[in-house]
Amino acid sequence: MNYTTEIMDIYKETSPEENVLIPDDISVKDDRKYKLTARNINAFYGDLHALKDINMNFPQNSVTAFIGPSGCGKSTFLRLFNRMNDYIEGFRLEGEIILDDVDIYNEKIVIEQLRKDVGMVFQKPNPFPKTIFENVAYGLRIQGENNKSFLQDKVENALKQVALWDEVKDDLKKNALSLSGGQQQRVCIARALAVEPKIILMDEPTSALDPISTSRIENLIFELREDYTIIIVTHNLQQAGRISDFTAFFYLGDLIEMGRTHDIFTNPKNKRTENYITGRFG
Amino acid sequence: MNKVLINRRKDLIFSVAGLIATFVGLVMLVIFIGDILIDGLGRISWDFITGLPSRNPDKAGIFTAMAGSVWVLFLTTLISFPIGVAAGIYLEEYGKKGRISKILEINISNLAGVPSIIYGLLGLEIFARLFNLGPSLLTGSMTLALLILPIIIVATRESIKAVPSSIKDASYALGASKWQTMWHQVLPASMGGILTGVILALSRAVGEAAPLIVVGALAYVPFAPKSPMDDFSVLPIQIFNWISRPQQGFIINAAAAIIVLLVLTFLMNGIAIYLRNHWQKKIKW
Amino acid sequence: MHTKKNENIIEFLLFMSAFITVLTTIGIILVLSIEAFKFFKEVSIFEFLTSKEWTPLFTKKNFGILPLLSGTILTSLIAILVALPLGLTIAVYLSEYTSKKFRDYIKPSLEVLAAVPTVVYGFFALTVVTPFLQKLIPGMSGFNSLSAGIVMGIMIIPIISSMSEDALRAVPYSLREASYGLGSTRLQTAFRVTVPAASSGIVVSVILGISRAVGETMIVAIAAGQQPRFTFNPLVPVETLTAYIVQVSLGDVPHNSLEYRTIFAAGITLFVFTFILNNISYYIKTKYREKYE
Repeated sequence: MNYTTEIMDIYKETSPEENVLIPDDISVKDDRKYKLTARNINAFYGDLHALKDINMNFPQNSVTAFIGPSGCGKSTFLRLFNRMNDYIEGFRLEGEIILDDVDIYNEKIVIEQLRKDVGMVFQKPNPFPKTIFENVAYGLRIQGENNKSFLQDKVENALKQVALWDEVKDDLKKNALSLSGGQQQRVCIARALAVEPKIILMDEPTSALDPISTSRIENLIFELREDYTIIIVTHNLQQAGRISDFTAFFYLGDLIEMGRTHDIFTNPKNKRTENYITGRFG
Repeated sequence: MNKVLINRRKDLIFSVAGLIATFVGLVMLVIFIGDILIDGLGRISWDFITGLPSRNPDKAGIFTAMAGSVWVLFLTTLISFPIGVAAGIYLEEYGKKGRISKILEINISNLAGVPSIIYGLLGLEIFARLFNLGPSLLTGSMTLALLILPIIIVATRESIKAVPSSIKDASYALGASKWQTMWHQVLPASMGGILTGVILALSRAVGEAAPLIVVGALAYVPFAPKSPMDDFSVLPIQIFNWISRPQQGFIINAAAAIIVLLVLTFLMNGIAIYLRNHWQKKIKW
Repeated sequence: MHTKKNENIIEFLLFMSAFITVLTTIGIILVLSIEAFKFFKEVSIFEFLTSKEWTPLFTKKNFGILPLLSGTILTSLIAILVALPLGLTIAVYLSEYTSKKFRDYIKPSLEVLAAVPTVVYGFFALTVVTPFLQKLIPGMSGFNSLSAGIVMGIMIIPIISSMSEDALRAVPYSLREASYGLGSTRLQTAFRVTVPAASSGIVVSVILGISRAVGETMIVAIAAGQQPRFTFNPLVPVETLTAYIVQVSLGDVPHNSLEYRTIFAAGITLFVFTFILNNISYYIKTKYREKYE
């Protein structure tokens, strides 16, 4: 009963033109292809087998949501795509992750370069204790970019993308920590966008926010889909339903089921998925 | 891409620099201890340990200075231990509220930063002259006791803080008074941490020379002190005295005495660390 | 009723023990002020603060504190120039680059440096470092502030490295993650994010290090010389405030003489210096303590 291979097969059978996997109400670009692929992933923390034999594909300009109860491995899996687990003592990985035909765990890969292409937004807003401007400009500065007007353009663009520009354009010199939680999280998203990544990873980006801020961020994710490939971990099933094209359900390190979000929520194939989605556990 | 590689190289260079920096101090220490051992180890003998001071470097020994250090250690412990622990208990358990405890706290933090030689000036004026105790062992020990009091108080407070309040609650619930709870429950449970702090503080006291020189401790004492009112010298002062002499023989003596002082210091530190680990293993909350 | 009374007596005794620390401070301030006051009845404060000669033990007496002050500042400056880069590098290396296991071994080993008696460091400066430096710098005096300052710097390393490392560790890991996630190296993360965020703790460690250097006595008394001289040349003998107090204490100066009071004038200068430094660090520590909680 290996759903992962089944899903892979669905992907393979689907030519972009047919758009079989894509719900009708979501428009897609025509050049959609597999941006990112995970193959035979097994991950360990010391003796703990945290991810078991996972295979998955992520088409370009799609939003994929990971759901499942706490400790199911969804965050661990997410953090593989920018090698964020590398600094954790005792962490070990088997399998490969292919981004644009390159295995990102190849020893020739420059992690810093990879992370410019794969941006990340974290669970709690974590702006640096610097000004709003310096927060958003940080990623460019560490690449050695110091041209003032260039940075200004980039910062303005990124803040406009997250619809924060009008709120903060006169306060760019203010400490980012003085903003509200929702604004802070949008600064963090702008910070990730400013380096123009190809993929954005989001680890429960709204779990620390109020409902209004949450809905603004959800709208934002929906719009960002136009330009980026997004993977989002969420505890909030309604959120997964609202914003994602595909949903993957994890349980105890196994990928139980993956498919079009609409299908997963209306017609889950696996009993455990159904139980989780209908709120019988979790 | 190029910029990224440059940054990576810088990162690598720093990780090497960090490793080197970490070991610079330790390597210096090793070189230094090696140098001292070469200079002084040959001089250490029973005669050196039990010998009285002498103008002749080959005959001079450290007996009186050793005896002085042991006396000072003993008296300083006797004075600072009860006062320091009592003060620590007061600050942590009794005087928690109000302005007075705030003042006490700022004051102790300040005292911890006062140079040791200033304590010497205090001891000279108050103990040696005002109390008329002269440059005696008692004067020196009281001066050092004040010097290490802040360390003991802080260590006591930290250890008491680590005792879970459930133990105190259990004691109060059985009808024990506050002091009974302190004496029978809190102090025994925190004694490991307190002793560790006290021994570390004493190992600092045994290495101090400056405040004792200021209160008038002598470099030359013909006989070992017999009572707290006697004149005295201590190992660090003896070492300082020998370093200041021009003859090479005294430099060797200084190296040999340093070996004895270092053994004493490291022994005390070792006991403190052992005690800390031992107690941590025994009691797990 | 009886126990209640006993409890009160015990509480009073405990309070008195704590109050001894206040008496200590009052005693220090009184002793220094009274003797310094007597000193300034005979010597003008103007001369004390401006004269560049300090020769109270000579027949022609001058009472300018500047030479002792310059000696103290010079040795402390050299010490900080050694301890700050090394200590901060160690702190960043330990907190950002190494495993917990390595840290657990290395931190206590470094603290051994602070446990060595200072008279031992003085011996090291005089018999090892100075001869070594004399080979590199011909014409350097046998007593000098360079050698004393370097050795004092080594002694101060663990103060700066330990406290700075604690401050760096207190910076939430999420900030490092955010920085790594944008493609920073560990070095960039350290100096652009963690060090700035931990700056108050690092500043406190440096101030305490300076305060320790200013008050340090035996190293400078042994290795820097006992010649008060208004200079910032690190190669010649100088005298610090502390070394002067030791020098007079070793001699046979009659009590209640002007010469005797000079050590209190030097003492109060030293005390004011360290008092200001300690209070700045205490202020920074309490003001910025709960930044991340």
